[in-house]
Amino acid sequence: MTARHEAGRPSLVELTGVGKRYGNVIALRDITLQVNAGEITCVLGDNGAGKSTLIKIIAGLHRHDEGVFRVDGREVAFGSPREALEHGIATVYQDLAVVPLMPVWRNFFLGSEKRKGSGPLKRLDIGFMRGTAKEELLGMGIDLRDVDQPIGTLSGGERQCVAIARAVYFGAKILILDEPTAALGVKQAGVVLRYVVQARERGLGVVFISHNPHHAYPVGDRFLILKRGRSIGYHTKDEITLDELTAQMAGGAELDQLAHELESAGVKGAPELREEARDLGASD
Amino acid sequence: MSQTIERPSAPSDERLAARSPLRKLLGRPEIGALVGAVVLFVFFSLVADAFLRASSFSTVLYSSASMGIMAVSVSLLMIGGEFDLSAGVMVTTSALIASMFSYQLTLNVWAGVAISLVVTLALGFLNGLLYVKTGLPSFIVTLGTFFMLAGLNLGFTKLITHNVATPSIEDMDGFEQARSVFAANWTIGGVQVNISVLWWIVFVAIATWLLLRTRSGNWIFAVGGSASSARAVGVPVTRTKIALFMGVSFTAWFYGMHILFNFKSVQSGEGIGNEFFYIICAVVGGCLLTGGYGSAIGAAIGAFIWGMTSNGIVYAEWNPDWFKFFLGAMLLAATVVNLVVRRRAEAGQ
Repeated sequence: MTARHEAGRPSLVELTGVGKRYGNVIALRDITLQVNAGEITCVLGDNGAGKSTLIKIIAGLHRHDEGVFRVDGREVAFGSPREALEHGIATVYQDLAVVPLMPVWRNFFLGSEKRKGSGPLKRLDIGFMRGTAKEELLGMGIDLRDVDQPIGTLSGGERQCVAIARAVYFGAKILILDEPTAALGVKQAGVVLRYVVQARERGLGVVFISHNPHHAYPVGDRFLILKRGRSIGYHTKDEITLDELTAQMAGGAELDQLAHELESAGVKGAPELREEARDLGASD
Repeated sequence: MSQTIERPSAPSDERLAARSPLRKLLGRPEIGALVGAVVLFVFFSLVADAFLRASSFSTVLYSSASMGIMAVSVSLLMIGGEFDLSAGVMVTTSALIASMFSYQLTLNVWAGVAISLVVTLALGFLNGLLYVKTGLPSFIVTLGTFFMLAGLNLGFTKLITHNVATPSIEDMDGFEQARSVFAANWTIGGVQVNISVLWWIVFVAIATWLLLRTRSGNWIFAVGGSASSARAVGVPVTRTKIALFMGVSFTAWFYGMHILFNFKSVQSGEGIGNEFFYIICAVVGGCLLTGGYGSAIGAAIGAFIWGMTSNGIVYAEWNPDWFKFFLGAMLLAATVVNLVVRRRAEAGQ
């Protein structure tokens, strides 16, 4: 049961014609997207398409130069990640920001430790933090044997899930996930996708960055496809099929061109590549 | 611990049972050192009759404390991922400052003690600041300050006193009082115990509380384990690291005061090489050279091993020249044990 976006309420995050330049390099141009509560907006694109620039703008690492960036209907321009956090925007980066040798619960609360007592006796509320970490993870469907184990002993997927649960617990309304499935195997990626859906069902707005349409399509509600800093497609799920999405994303026309080049260089396998391009609907 | 157990839907408890208390104990950083300490204790008890006498034990404790006080802060710094090679000579610097200020200006010795505290803390701050600002490894930064301090110790002492040692401050105002704080000797049941042993235990207790029960402790583990991750979740990495260098300088001041009031005069060339002994105590006690793992109790056990070995060799009537060989062998063995512990911790049991 997905909490649908109510008509009339502003989107959690709304970009209109947003652009970004680094000196004379145009990194991003005329991007429009919405993130609603209880929805997953997928941002797809190859390396260098501008995905990271887009995250950095929403996460507060860079300021946009053009267009309008609204959070909850109000126009914003963040100067630091802390400002973004104060607006409820949390980012889970690829390296996850965990300390491998520290226990799961210490990692969960790192930087936002809960304390009790006062004066020189001010100390960590270990019982609370341990219990809360366990409960929050269980709430996300992650059943850990022991929250005292070093987080380095968890699998990549589990660590990703702890990072997501941490962001959710500390009041995130909008969750930005930077390629959460990129370094994972098929099964692990499935586990992470389940938690992404969990986060949506809790009513969060999720920005899911990926270069894999097979991961994005099943969970996404909206899809923004970037290429060389421009939007080459922005669709809701009912407007596009997985095959069309894959074709737009992989750039079937480019595959076709590559096949030509390989063929003229006498490389084996070019016909297969051409076949692949045809499957993607690019060259017929 | 108990508030989550009543949750009926958590099947985690049955899987937890697989991890016995023994296993949990084996996962502690100081366990290797503890086993080593017991083995050495039994060994020296068997080979050296004099080792088990109460007076010998007090000697062992005193030399353990002489390493242990510094090993406390050095282990915290190592958990935080850094080295301080200037720690050994900084003890001497601190004692020299207190001694010369009081003597040359004919002040109450407490004035010298206070000035020394300020200057030594500033030296620790400088080490931290240099590390943070240059981004160089702390090994290089403190290697530099180590030689600078060693040179200053000798240079200033000769310039001011025309000697390599400072004159005795025994008959100066406040000496007895300061001595009772930093270097008092008590006789308990016919055995002499120096107050530095007590201070050592106090420092270990404070450091353990700090590491395991406070937010600062969490930050120390985090900056040593992964500074970039710690920064990303809002831990003040720079501040934590500088504070750790200042912790080392604080204990350097404290131990410097012990030396000054115990021996009345200070040899300006003292302290060189001790920084390695402190690091050995910390590493034997389970601190990882790469940071992020270790304990203050472990470093205390490491210092106790140092005290037992250095004196046990004498009681066994062996040539003490062999001591350093044992020390080096122990360091190697401890590092191998640590490596195994770390692999287990990172890769699961």
